[in-house]
Amino acid sequence: MGSEGGQGRQETAAPAIELRGISKAFGPVQANRDISLAVARGTIHGIIGENGAGKSTLMSILYGFYRADSGEIFINGRRAEIHDSQDAIAAGIGMVFQHFKLVENFTVLENIILGAENGPLLRDSLADARRSLLTLAEEYELGVDPDARIEDLSVGHRQRVEILKALYRQADILILDEPTGVLTPSEADHLFRILRGLKEQGKTIILITHKLREIMDVTDTVSVMRRGEMLATVRTAETSPEDLAERMVGRKVLLQVDKRPASPGETVLKVENLKVVDEDGVARLKGVSFDLRAGEILGIAGVAGNGQSELLEVLGGYRPATGRITLNGHDLPLDGRLANGRARRAAGIAHVPEDRQSEGLVMEFAAWENIAFGYHHDPAYQKNALFMDNAAIQADTEGKMQRFDVRPPDPRLQAKSFSGGNQQKIVLAREIERNPDLLLVGQPTRGVDIGAIEFIHQRLIELRDAGKAILLVSVELEEIMSLADRIAVMFDGRIMGERLPADTDERDLGLLMAGVSNGANDGGEAA
Amino acid sequence: MDFLQFLLTLDSTIRLSVVLLLACLAGLFSERAGVVDIGLEGKMLISAFVAAAVAYESGSAWLGVLAGSAASVVFAMIHGVASIIYRGDQIISGVALNFLASGLTVVIGHAIYKKGGQTPTLTGDARFTEVKLPFADAVADVPVIGPIYSELISGHTPLVYVAFAIVPLVWWVLYRTRFGLRLRAVGENPASVDTAGVSVVAMRFRALIITGILCGMAGAYLSTAQSAFFGKEMTAGRGYIALAALIFANWRPVQAMGATLLFGLLEAISNLYPNIDVFGLFSIPVQFTQALPYILTVVILAGFIGRAVPPRSVGVPYVKER
Amino acid sequence: MEKMPRWADVALIPLINLALAFFFAGLVVLAIGENPFDMVRFMVKGALGSSNGIGYTLYYATNFIFTGLAFSVAMHARLFNIGGEGQAALGGLGTAVVLLAVPWPHWTVALPFAVLGAALFGAAWAAIPAWLQARRGSHIVITTIMFNFIGAALMIYLLNGILKKPGQQAAETRHFGDAVHLPTFHEMLAPLGIEFSKSAPANVSFILAILAAVCVWLLIWRTRIGYEIRAFGNSESATAYAGISAVRVTIIAMLISGGLAGMMAINVVMGESERLILNFTEGAGFMGIAVSLMGRNHPVGIVLAGLLFGMLNQGGFELLWEMPGISREMVFVIQALIIIFTGALVNMTRDPIERLFIRRNKGA
Repeated sequence: MGSEGGQGRQETAAPAIELRGISKAFGPVQANRDISLAVARGTIHGIIGENGAGKSTLMSILYGFYRADSGEIFINGRRAEIHDSQDAIAAGIGMVFQHFKLVENFTVLENIILGAENGPLLRDSLADARRSLLTLAEEYELGVDPDARIEDLSVGHRQRVEILKALYRQADILILDEPTGVLTPSEADHLFRILRGLKEQGKTIILITHKLREIMDVTDTVSVMRRGEMLATVRTAETSPEDLAERMVGRKVLLQVDKRPASPGETVLKVENLKVVDEDGVARLKGVSFDLRAGEILGIAGVAGNGQSELLEVLGGYRPATGRITLNGHDLPLDGRLANGRARRAAGIAHVPEDRQSEGLVMEFAAWENIAFGYHHDPAYQKNALFMDNAAIQADTEGKMQRFDVRPPDPRLQAKSFSGGNQQKIVLAREIERNPDLLLVGQPTRGVDIGAIEFIHQRLIELRDAGKAILLVSVELEEIMSLADRIAVMFDGRIMGERLPADTDERDLGLLMAGVSNGANDGGEAA
Repeated sequence: MDFLQFLLTLDSTIRLSVVLLLACLAGLFSERAGVVDIGLEGKMLISAFVAAAVAYESGSAWLGVLAGSAASVVFAMIHGVASIIYRGDQIISGVALNFLASGLTVVIGHAIYKKGGQTPTLTGDARFTEVKLPFADAVADVPVIGPIYSELISGHTPLVYVAFAIVPLVWWVLYRTRFGLRLRAVGENPASVDTAGVSVVAMRFRALIITGILCGMAGAYLSTAQSAFFGKEMTAGRGYIALAALIFANWRPVQAMGATLLFGLLEAISNLYPNIDVFGLFSIPVQFTQALPYILTVVILAGFIGRAVPPRSVGVPYVKER
Repeated sequence: MEKMPRWADVALIPLINLALAFFFAGLVVLAIGENPFDMVRFMVKGALGSSNGIGYTLYYATNFIFTGLAFSVAMHARLFNIGGEGQAALGGLGTAVVLLAVPWPHWTVALPFAVLGAALFGAAWAAIPAWLQARRGSHIVITTIMFNFIGAALMIYLLNGILKKPGQQAAETRHFGDAVHLPTFHEMLAPLGIEFSKSAPANVSFILAILAAVCVWLLIWRTRIGYEIRAFGNSESATAYAGISAVRVTIIAMLISGGLAGMMAINVVMGESERLILNFTEGAGFMGIAVSLMGRNHPVGIVLAGLLFGMLNQGGFELLWEMPGISREMVFVIQALIIIFTGALVNMTRDPIERLFIRRNKGA
């Protein structure tokens, strides 16, 4: 498809990295299929693709974390055998994983020398690392207290430690896997400054992301991956976000959802001054207020980790909070014995949680057992006072699986045997068919294939048209833009502003997501 | 209680603490590396038996210690294969090895010596004898310091001195060496070690070898120094007390010494003064003193006094995430 | 797509593991210069060769079924209840207290109360570790181990003190009286014209154990709390979302577990010795772990594994007479190897067999 690879070769003699025919399967899943890629020295190369496209797997192979089933790796033109991370480090490759690999109760220095000590005793290594840290900090804006414990550092600082770890090991090639997913916009900007600085020093950087904006902002070349295959490598300057997006998903994006304008009714949910302090004493919600009416979808946009998850958990009944929530005019308890998932369901709230694998489903349970999950007290599921009516649940499940087109439609199959999209359909079937007054939906299409996305969006619109209230939390701006009737942006535990989809654009929302509140809502220019 | 009686109690405390201390440090290496070890008991038992048998056959107590430690290391390796390589449940593996030790020691002991699992009594060089430190007799008459030196400090078997000397060594290894840094890291976050290019499997196995050796010394001490024979089930739950001491010490070496001395003191008291009369009002039954280490550990675990913070990844097999 | 057919998971792998355990046990027997096949023959003969042997086998099996069920209920909630030994001991105390406190007219009247006493005391001994785990996050493995020792000390204290029969040496209570004597298999089968050994201790408790297995099956797979226990055990993170209280599930699962372990005392204390004797549990509480593992935490499997372990236990006594070269502790070795292969090393056989089936499925 399109302009196939090889741009790097024209620029310098040997590319910093060249992959040839890399394949990797996890059991029946082909994560990487015959991938070839060349990255020129001293450039920032982006790899973009949807969740599950195989980007992280590819880079983990390059870093020796996984072994490829077949294929070759060349570093600076020489063939490299990378069997484990040790080999990768020796070849000058450093990697910053999406989930940091730091020892939380170690100091920064201890984390930096771990595995790269220069002798059996620590004293010299620590002193050496302290010196290097000072120079690196000056050179690249990578300041961090060497004696601080990781657990006391912010996410942004932890990431710096990861970068420092790689640089301390003299990495020439730095791979960053979804580095901005957990960063605030200003932290992300800082990171990009660091990356440009590194590039100027001749380092090669590979940036894995699914965010188009980052690719356009910072990379020189970009590769697109889809379903385990490398589709194209192009110069960033010669492409556009629309073009990349289309390649990424394989067809015209900006998934047009077929929907009529909302006709909102009574206020269903009223949230006032909601505050949450988590187990570690960190304030997660700092006074959130909004209304949600029947027959409308309120989209909550924002960078992950700005309080959206906590908001869903509070509304779902399993995180204590202060403030006030009223549903159809009745107060909901926010704390204590009566604040639980079961009581919320009884009150008419259904919830499709953000993480279906760790919350929405019990992966070891059969589909029918998962259909009863959270509703196992339903009188229709009981045989008598003592026993549940498993046959009735199975019959109910069969119907639900059919109506939501879950494949294969076998109620006795374990949840873990279904694909991501079908797992999500099981959760949706369970929650939507309860006919709730309010549906909470978190990341409804994360890790879901395109076909299922369309189906899921359609079902949400249908529920809205049936006069139900929907609170949609998503980090995918496009999803919010196409589904929501109103958009609220969260930043740092607060709602920064509300917009109507027609009156805003990505730039305007992006500013709000970055915590810049201009208050002016005079509509943006067309995107 | 007069001064000499007091000294004798402390002396007994030291003797009884040594087994706990060695076993506790053994557990420390394993658990700091992220492998739960409730099989300390079994490793001690198998070592106690092998040490007694080899010491008896060879006439050398030191050879006994060596052989006992080897047997204990073999057990540790089985635990390693099950829990590190095959991601098996570490609790189950530990329980099984404890059973295996109780069975094997008696089956083999019975087959060889026909004494219902007991070994013959060790004599001469086959058992450890007490070492009299220099000048012990000379200073014995000096008030206060004299008896402390000659009664309390002098006159123990060599393994006692070895055990207490190991404590600062363990501290130094753990906090001042590359090995210690990696060991602690692998118990906290194995992925950090793996991505740093260090093998998690190798680190954990190395830790288990040390665990095996230390446990072996503990077991050998029981049968060749504290007693002079191996008897069926002679560890009598000391492996579990050591585990309790490890929690009590919050997985730290110097504190481990403190905890094992405390538990040793409780054992010494219950041996020497079975029923303690409290001002003639009531008497504390010996069973209470015996159960006190366990009760204290539960209190610590409950977090009402202090807080036990285990290594973060202890008990979790390391699997590269997908 | 299922990786492996169910029969392979439920039957093939446990059988292979069992075979491996016996193979290594055989090596141990060879090493001490005895014939492993003779050993198996004598053990089977001892366990099943006479109604006396069968009676003992069933008697031991009753204990193992109770403690195995106990471990499995907690295990379904992913709680490692290593405290079966202490809970069983306390169950004995409960049984004794009930039977000594009231002059019962007949065993049929006494039994329900004795069961209640045994279960309550056993549950009580599990309650503190359960509460600490649920509320304070104290690791239940360690606390239950500690409670085994604390329980043992308590029993020694009581049986050497207030519970001790006056004027005797042994640490035991007085006899409960003939009125509460539980019918043995001999007495139950005689009216049917079936001859059964008079001396074998197997008694009506065996039926109680089978009933308990049925109840556990119903509890785990047919009731709401069972559903919650399994949900919690499989995905702790999901239970809050579903409105399932982790505290409630933890405590209930542990109470049931402790109660079942305690009920073992009905068989031994009420059914066999008819008085409370120190250390009557003889490790059966620990053995429940192996039985439950072997039986894959399923009541049917636990009953079968309980019978197997009962056979081993009884067969081991036969060795005393037939093969004096092999000590009875050989049974521990076999049991330990069974735990190692069916529990700790289960992936060693599972992984290759799973790969085999995946390859076959791909080929098909």
